[in-house]
Amino acid sequence: MSSPLDRAWTLTPSVAIRPETFGGLAYNFSNRKMVFLKRPKLVEVVRLLDRHPDARSALRAAGVPTCDHVAYGRAVEQLASSDMIRLRRQV
Amino acid sequence: MSVDHTAAPALPAAPLSLVEHFERGLGAPVCLTWELTYACNLSCAHCLSSSGRRDPRELSTRQCEDLIDEFQRMQVFYVNIGGGEPTVRRDFWHLLRYAVSHQVGVKFSTNGVRLTPERARELAGDSYDGYVDVQVSLDGATEEVNDYVRGPGSYRTATTALANLRDAGFSDAKLSVVCTRHNIEQLDELKALADRFNATLRLTRLRPSGRGADVWDDLHPLPDQQRGLYDWLMRHGDEVLTGDSFFHLSAYGESLPGLNLCGAGRVVCLIDPVGDVYACPFAIHDEFLAGNVVERGFEAVWRRSPLFERLRAPQSAGACATCSFFDSCRGGCMAAKFFTGLPLDGPDPECVQGHGRQSLIEGGRDRPAPSQDHSRPAKRAEPILLTLSRRSSPRSTPAAGPQQELPTQPSAPPVSACNQNPLADHHPAYVDRLDSAWSTSERKKAAENGHP
Repeated sequence: MSSPLDRAWTLTPSVAIRPETFGGLAYNFSNRKMVFLKRPKLVEVVRLLDRHPDARSALRAAGVPTCDHVAYGRAVEQLASSDMIRLRRQV
Repeated sequence: MSVDHTAAPALPAAPLSLVEHFERGLGAPVCLTWELTYACNLSCAHCLSSSGRRDPRELSTRQCEDLIDEFQRMQVFYVNIGGGEPTVRRDFWHLLRYAVSHQVGVKFSTNGVRLTPERARELAGDSYDGYVDVQVSLDGATEEVNDYVRGPGSYRTATTALANLRDAGFSDAKLSVVCTRHNIEQLDELKALADRFNATLRLTRLRPSGRGADVWDDLHPLPDQQRGLYDWLMRHGDEVLTGDSFFHLSAYGESLPGLNLCGAGRVVCLIDPVGDVYACPFAIHDEFLAGNVVERGFEAVWRRSPLFERLRAPQSAGACATCSFFDSCRGGCMAAKFFTGLPLDGPDPECVQGHGRQSLIEGGRDRPAPSQDHSRPAKRAEPILLTLSRRSSPRSTPAAGPQQELPTQPSAPPVSACNQNPLADHHPAYVDRLDSAWSTSERKKAAENGHP
């Protein structure tokens, strides 16, 4: 279970996402960090995380090609490191 | 707001780089400054907004609330509130709570006059939950140096406020310093002072805007001081905030942390106390007035004003195009050039290669007349400096009001360079990863390829 893609994630409660033409901005009101999501597809993935048992199935649901999964895995890690998303306890 | 940011994750290349998207403007500003009032208890010699007296047309509480509602709808995540001295507005604390309860974070700049121990405890309390950040202005590590520019008693007011914040347990206030010829020798002391208050030091560039135009010749750092500042920033880059103020210094060699991008009208703007929207906080002048929020609403001004559309169109490097350092400094600051009477498509007045100095000498100095001035008549408590260099005939009537037609087109073409980074005040750790550890070319390549 080392890949972030195999884990369940949720958007941090204090985070909001604003869509932009390049993708979107994620902002955490509590720690005042801002992250630029450079692909519209990534915005979609982040919004889908909550509804899927792991990040990988969110990627599939968003139609991210398998060859891009590793890059998106790094994206998920980065988003977690600035507390934009958090690990979700699986039921 | 000392907003932290990181670039997006490494992903396959997109048709446009992030910077190119920024240059074309975003759906809402990333860095919005809102001057709540022109009223101020101080009369700092270099005030960007020539503040002092309240403008009778100042937005009402209701109008301010409507504007905050609009920020919420547009998802303007946070605003930098300033003035004047914003806390002297009677509804300041109400508006602060209103913003926070409408998903709009606030960083406010203050001289500290209303930051009592009670207010400090309130700000440090749970009710704001990180949504509010406080920046206290201080322009010298000693009373003598600070009060020379900011006026008698201002050092004590600011340091008392910072002590109140610290004692209340407010985490990470900002101690904000405009670098001048006099305080630039005190950078280590200023850093120590910030540390003493558990605050983060923030250094910004002196701009020749507002009353700053009158004192800029006497106060802006000398060339060897600029070099000293650059070296100091290279040593302390991860410990201080700069709002990417000093990217004109990047032409010394290695780039300073931050993105070299003109944010004016693209990702940055200023709303003044009467609701006029300007391209950037350092450009309060009719030339850079895009419209008024009372007349049209902020969203319409931001998205569709002819001035902003023009600033978002491709720009030429002008006289700087042949300079080998252009990629580092991008020609410097539009506002600094405008207010010193230099062409907007030429070098910055403080160009470290000396091109600006040459232009200042050769060009004669045809400085633009201010569009407005809210300075108070000279009073006993004013900075000594002001009495030495007061504008000879200040215009007392603000020219740009809600009734005014908009927007005025700039008579000179805007340029692509600015010293106000739209992503001001990066978290040091992120800047490290993003910028300072990388060379310019690496960063550029990464931006093109979509790397962090």
